[in-house]
Amino acid sequence: MTSPVSVIPATPPPPNALFELLQRLGDDRLILGHRVSEWCGHGPILEEDIALANIALDLVGQATMFLHAAGEAEGRARDEDALAYFREAVEFRNCLLVEQPNGDFAFTIVRQFLFDVYSVVLLDALSKSTHTELAAISAKSLKEAKYHVRHSGDWMLKLGDGTDESHRRTQEALNALWRFTPELFATDDIDRELLASGVAPDLMAIHAQWSTLVRDVIERATLTVPAGVPRRAGTRGGRQGVHTEYLGHLLAELQIVARSHPGAQW
Amino acid sequence: MSHPSTNVPSRDEILAILDTVKDPEVPVLSVRELGIVRDVEIDETGRVTVTVTPTYSGCPAILVIERDIATAIAAHGIGPVHVRTTFAPAWTSDWIAPEARAKLKAYGIAPPGKAESGGLVQLMRARTAAQCPYCDSRDTEVRSEFGSTACKSVNWCNSCRQPFEEFKAI
Repeated sequence: MTSPVSVIPATPPPPNALFELLQRLGDDRLILGHRVSEWCGHGPILEEDIALANIALDLVGQATMFLHAAGEAEGRARDEDALAYFREAVEFRNCLLVEQPNGDFAFTIVRQFLFDVYSVVLLDALSKSTHTELAAISAKSLKEAKYHVRHSGDWMLKLGDGTDESHRRTQEALNALWRFTPELFATDDIDRELLASGVAPDLMAIHAQWSTLVRDVIERATLTVPAGVPRRAGTRGGRQGVHTEYLGHLLAELQIVARSHPGAQW
Repeated sequence: MSHPSTNVPSRDEILAILDTVKDPEVPVLSVRELGIVRDVEIDETGRVTVTVTPTYSGCPAILVIERDIATAIAAHGIGPVHVRTTFAPAWTSDWIAPEARAKLKAYGIAPPGKAESGGLVQLMRARTAAQCPYCDSRDTEVRSEFGSTACKSVNWCNSCRQPFEEFKAI
């Protein structure tokens, strides 16, 4: 008897780990920046409208730097605009947390707080990367992220330890969004390769720091950390291009002008 | 065959021109006073390279600033001019010199305090109150961490009962 002939698949080209990482970092900020910008003109008070627009602007600015570097890492002459406007949803590498619709103000603040703490901890580690340009962009972005987390952290306390209604809405947002947080720290081959070369940090260590900071604020805000997260469909996959339905709708709005008028400059 | 230009500008000449280029959003300060200009290089052919760094990564003024720098130098018949961007070291408000801080205050913007260094996250605000640029009172409070531009916060003076902006410390 002969054993069945095993078909050896053609070796795929080695994934460009640096390109992947820079897209993950850029896309998180581009998509969240776009989401937050949807508040422009709709903020609950004038100061908050301005604050959210400023935060959106910082995030889109950071995305520009990371995606510009991503284009260089890819080496196919795509700049930050080509990556932002002419990739399809399956090519985006953002986490699912940032593409979730804004909901009410509490929902937006909880989403922002969970991301801001992650951003500060991760960027702090990336600012010591062996990749000098990544380190420089991260150090630059870290300054802004620290400012953002002070804003969202303040609001967590005000809303959580506020009125019955603000407490209820904030807890509901936390319950709904918590399931998207494991994805932030899920380690895949890309992360392992970059950890080995000192380009990116160990996400387990990032998770430990994030968890301490986030839990501290949640408790001080008189809120409750949601109990264990059931592994369910639709709570991870963004880093591999598997998104919730919300991303496609967001991209339609984000990309329409550039796609309707290719090459337009403004 | 290229000949060394007889018209190679000096570094001081370029710096003097850059002193006249104002920030479009804070027009009392020049791009040098803000610390945006990091380096000026002039090669033997007279080609000028100005290295700038953005204050905030999403600052919409940075493109205008780059254009203004190139235009101002070119207007003196110097060039070609190339403006390049660097992100390291990251811009800090600590680079704004004392004379420039006085100009900010006279313009009605409280100068930035000391930027927080190291340490992981300052989750809670722990900073001294801004000094009111109008009446010098320290009895002030932050109304919003974010203001009319990326670089300013909105404050309120309890003494003279006026709102004022503060240049953010980062």
